[in-house]
Parts: sequence; C-alpha cells; structure tokens
Amino acid sequence: MSRRTFLVLGFLLALLIAGGVAYYASSQPDGLEKAAEDTGFSDTAQDSAVADSPLADYQAPGVDSERLSVGLAGVVGVLATAALGGGLFYLMGRGRQRAAAVDIAGGERQHPETPAPGS
Amino acid sequence: MHIPDGFIDAPVSLAAAVTSAGVLAVAVRKGRDELDDRLIPMAGLTAAFVFAMQMVNFPVAAGTSGHLLGGLLAAALVGPWLGAISIAVVLFVQALLFADGGLSALGLNVLNMAVVGVLGGYAVLRVLLRLLPRVRGRVPLTALVGVAAWASVMLAAGAFVIEYALGATSDVATSTVATAVLGVHALVGVGEGVITAVVVGTVLAVRPDLVYIGGLLRGPQQLEIRQPTPVVVR
Repeated sequence: MSRRTFLVLGFLLALLIAGGVAYYASSQPDGLEKAAEDTGFSDTAQDSAVADSPLADYQAPGVDSERLSVGLAGVVGVLATAALGGGLFYLMGRGRQRAAAVDIAGGERQHPETPAPGS
Repeated sequence: MHIPDGFIDAPVSLAAAVTSAGVLAVAVRKGRDELDDRLIPMAGLTAAFVFAMQMVNFPVAAGTSGHLLGGLLAAALVGPWLGAISIAVVLFVQALLFADGGLSALGLNVLNMAVVGVLGGYAVLRVLLRLLPRVRGRVPLTALVGVAAWASVMLAAGAFVIEYALGATSDVATSTVATAVLGVHALVGVGEGVITAVVVGTVLAVRPDLVYIGGLLRGPQQLEIRQPTPVVVR
C-alpha cells in the first residue's frame, strides 16, 4: 500500500466513523459523568460558555434527522481537526526548516567544541 | 473523561492550564525536530482519527459508556511529542466547537488526556519494553501497546482524582470519588486497550515504516539480503 493510499484510506475511515458509526454510539453517561452522578458531585457541573454554539453536543443546526445531524457534526469535526492539526504541524515543519537554515549559516548556535577566537 | 466547567475550582484549573501550556511548548520544540515532510500529514491524520473515534462511545457497564482517549494510539503513530499535540488539538476542537469539556476546564483536560495520557502512557510502554527486551515481534508488541493504553487511561483518571483532591467544588470525599473514578476507568481502559491494539496491530501489519512504533519492531521479515544489481558495460 502506498503512503498516499494509506493516508487517504485513514482519512476516509475517520470520516466514515464520525459521519456514520458515531450515530450508533452509546448515549449513556461516560465514566467520569457516571462516577460524578453516583458519588453526588455531578450537580457542580456548569454549562460551557459555548453551550449555545451551533454544533454543541455534536448536533448540526436545523437538521431534523438525528442520524444526519450527528453525521454532519462529525464530518465537520473531522475536517476542522484535520485542518487545525495539519496547519499547526505544517507551521511546525517550516519552523524546523528555518532552525536548520540558521545552523547551516553558522548563525546563532555556539559550537562548544570550537574554541572561541583568542582563547 | 472530559471535565465540564465547575467540577474543579479556578486556581487548580489555572495551574493545570499553565502546566499544560508549558508541556505543549516543550512538545512543539521536541516534536519539531522529528517532523519531516512525511510526518506532517500523518500527524494531522492522527488528530482527525482520534477525534472521530472519541465520538463513538461504547458501553462498559450498566448505564455507563466510555470512549477512546487515544493517548497511546497517538504516541504509537507519531511519537509522544507530536502525539501530545495531536490530542491537544482534538480537545481544543471539542471544547470550542462542540461544547464537549468546559472552556475553563480545557487546561485540566489537556493535562489529563494530552499530557498525562500520552506522555505517561508512553512512559509505561517504554518501561514495559525495557522489562521485556525480547518482545519485539508484531503481535507481542501490539499486546504491550494495548496494556500501556489501559495504563494511560488509569493515569489520566488518577490525574483527575489529584485535581479533585486539590480543587473540588463539592464536599464529596476524595476517597469516595477516587474509588468510583478509578473503578469505572479500569473498565473503560479495557476498551481503550483493545481498540488501540486493533488499530496499531493493523497499521504494523500494513505499513509499519509509516508509524513511530514501527521503529521498535524487530523481526525476521526486516532482515533482507539484497544482491547488488550487476552492471553490464557494453
């Protein structure tokens, strides 16, 4: 399998999981929520400041079908994560190249094994 | 595992945010050195894949669910530093777009799942590998990854218990909360271990050279004798 095929398949799989499989996810409280309910501190939870955001709780706005609503929210989430992550890693990669260029130019880094002039 | 706003008080949340920011800054510096052009799309894919998997809650016990945290999965795919950043990206998107995990609790969630979950889980894997130096085949290595994934969930849950002990807003005893949180996550961790092992095992079977953990793989299939191609001069 080529590297490109691997990446494309992985990305399609992520879209399929978020866009399709996630609809079938358990809606029971997760481990932390359940522990908070059972021990009696779940009432200290407050709504997030973005609780009214259009995609809150993985629902697409104005879509009646629950399956479609979750699926759309999931696809948007995968694309947003890939864009933010990809962009960030791309910028980090450029930072690495700049750092390497400084090294080649003999710029800022001191080489400890090279005695300073006149010493 | 996503902490909502209100569970933990402001000073502890702030301390967690500062700690997380510091560790992520180190992760950017360390990760940058490992980041070549081939790894950039792989790291982006890791974040997107973990986001998708975190949407799929699986039942763990009566009335309880869990979902992949992905800490060890990310570390196995792109290494601990880029893995920690990948999980942090997922948590940012979830908190800002989907109101999953509180905004003031974002530092806590990054600390538990991106810092402790990824770096702590990876440290457990390194210890296991050191204790079992001969375990480098694909299947046993995959099993070790699964065990370390379970441990990464327990470490993240333990981090929450510490935060609760330091900054709880309720008066429920820490020991009571610790028993409940660690108990349920011992079960959630089993799902984490199985899913992580399945994904990592599949990748190791298909293209081990594309992922970080593939560098630890040692087996007869990697020893190959190549004959030099004869050069015919006419």
